[in-house]
Amino acid sequence: MITVIIGPSGCGKTSFLKCLNRMVELYEDAKITGKIFINNEDILHSNDDVANIRKKMGLLAQRPYPLPMNIYNNVAYGLKISGRKNKAMLYKRVEHYLRIVGLWEEVKDRLKEPASRLSIGQQQRLCLARGLAVDPNIILADEPTSALDPLSSQIIEQKFIELKKNYTIIIVTHNLQQAKRIADYVLVMNQGEISEEGTASELFKTGLIQRMEKIFT
Amino acid sequence: MLLCTIFIILLLTGITAGLLIKSWHIIEKIPLSELLFSDDWRPLSGKFGFLPFIISSVWVTMVALLLAIPACLLTAIYLTQYAHRRLLRIMRPVIDILAGIPSVVYGLWGVLVIVPLVSHFLVPLFGGTQNTGYCIFSGAIVLAVMIIPFIINILIEIFKAIPEELTEASLSLGATHWETIKYVILRKAWPGIISAFGLGLSRAFGETMAVLMVVGNVIKIPTGIFQPGYPLPALIANNYGEMLSIDIYDSALMFAALLLFIIVLIFNMLSRLIIIKLEVT
Repeated sequence: MITVIIGPSGCGKTSFLKCLNRMVELYEDAKITGKIFINNEDILHSNDDVANIRKKMGLLAQRPYPLPMNIYNNVAYGLKISGRKNKAMLYKRVEHYLRIVGLWEEVKDRLKEPASRLSIGQQQRLCLARGLAVDPNIILADEPTSALDPLSSQIIEQKFIELKKNYTIIIVTHNLQQAKRIADYVLVMNQGEISEEGTASELFKTGLIQRMEKIFT
Repeated sequence: MLLCTIFIILLLTGITAGLLIKSWHIIEKIPLSELLFSDDWRPLSGKFGFLPFIISSVWVTMVALLLAIPACLLTAIYLTQYAHRRLLRIMRPVIDILAGIPSVVYGLWGVLVIVPLVSHFLVPLFGGTQNTGYCIFSGAIVLAVMIIPFIINILIEIFKAIPEELTEASLSLGATHWETIKYVILRKAWPGIISAFGLGLSRAFGETMAVLMVVGNVIKIPTGIFQPGYPLPALIANNYGEMLSIDIYDSALMFAALLLFIIVLIFNMLSRLIIIKLEVT
């Protein structure tokens, strides 16, 4: 299922997302209270290692930030970190995930090239593949297409629709049209609070776009 | 503005040309191979072998760099990755003050603290016979302490320039903080780290006063770090002005300056070359 969070800039969408994977702990002046349940587990007060909790959630940022290594290792990184060393197996996994994001045919002959040589759109798909490679249940995406050209954006959206069968996907966006295209469920945030929520078909039928345009202006 | 730029370029070529012209006298008279690879230094008999000075300079600089590398890297990583932001704010001016202390003060500190320390503790500890403590290692310690704040400042800037999103990306893949530093941050910062130490190296190589005060100034090729040495800058500073009446001696000192200049230039260019290469790949 794809849940889309929309709202004007500065309303707290990104901060909310960063609470889910506990990235918010990196900011010294941030304080979190309350509880966040994922599969009936309170992840803020879990005994589990924070690295393990984060691994269950793939992260896609506004702009792609490929790791400073080659294309192959960008995908293999998470696997290697978690101790998988078998080369043949690693190669298979890398190929598998690069195929899922539709990048394999484009990069299979240049896996040893630095990831920074790819186009921005390709880099964003690479970042998606690297997130998927550690086998998360959830994908968190923070305006994943805002830095991309229309064609690359379309590819990413298409990938999300394909992936929603197997993953819980949460996307932050302020692009209403995009929300309408891909959302199953919508959360509207305004000034740090959820002001409206419901299934996409319902909300868009009752004039969500007009209401949002009012908030945006 | 253009004029200022031209002036800077002229200054560089001017210095190079000046040094070349002044040292031409000795280059003409004595073959380059003898100047560079002979250890026979008897100016009054016309013997000018620069090898002891070159080797001393290399020794002091390299040992200083070896001491500085772990200290600088660990401090910069701690301050930018682990420490509270307030600590970084406090440390910045402290580091700046350290970087601004005149080198003669560092030299005095070396004479009063480091030399006795080396003489009484370090030399016996490593099984040497006790000596005065004026040696390569003392010079290297003083030099390391001098370049550490300078290098740390550059490293902090480099680590701070790495986007937070990159750290977050690595953490979200299940890496620990340390793994992120090791595999992502250090790798991303690598060209910058090389250049920081390259600049530190050039600076250390040319540093004169503090080293000259503790290094012993004995003209002999040092065979160990607890032996005295006589680096190139010290040679110039100690002798310039005294021997001007002897034409060729004057020219020899100019040649020492030229050597210093060229070696520092090579260090600089090498570190730049490494940066360019690393940035491409």
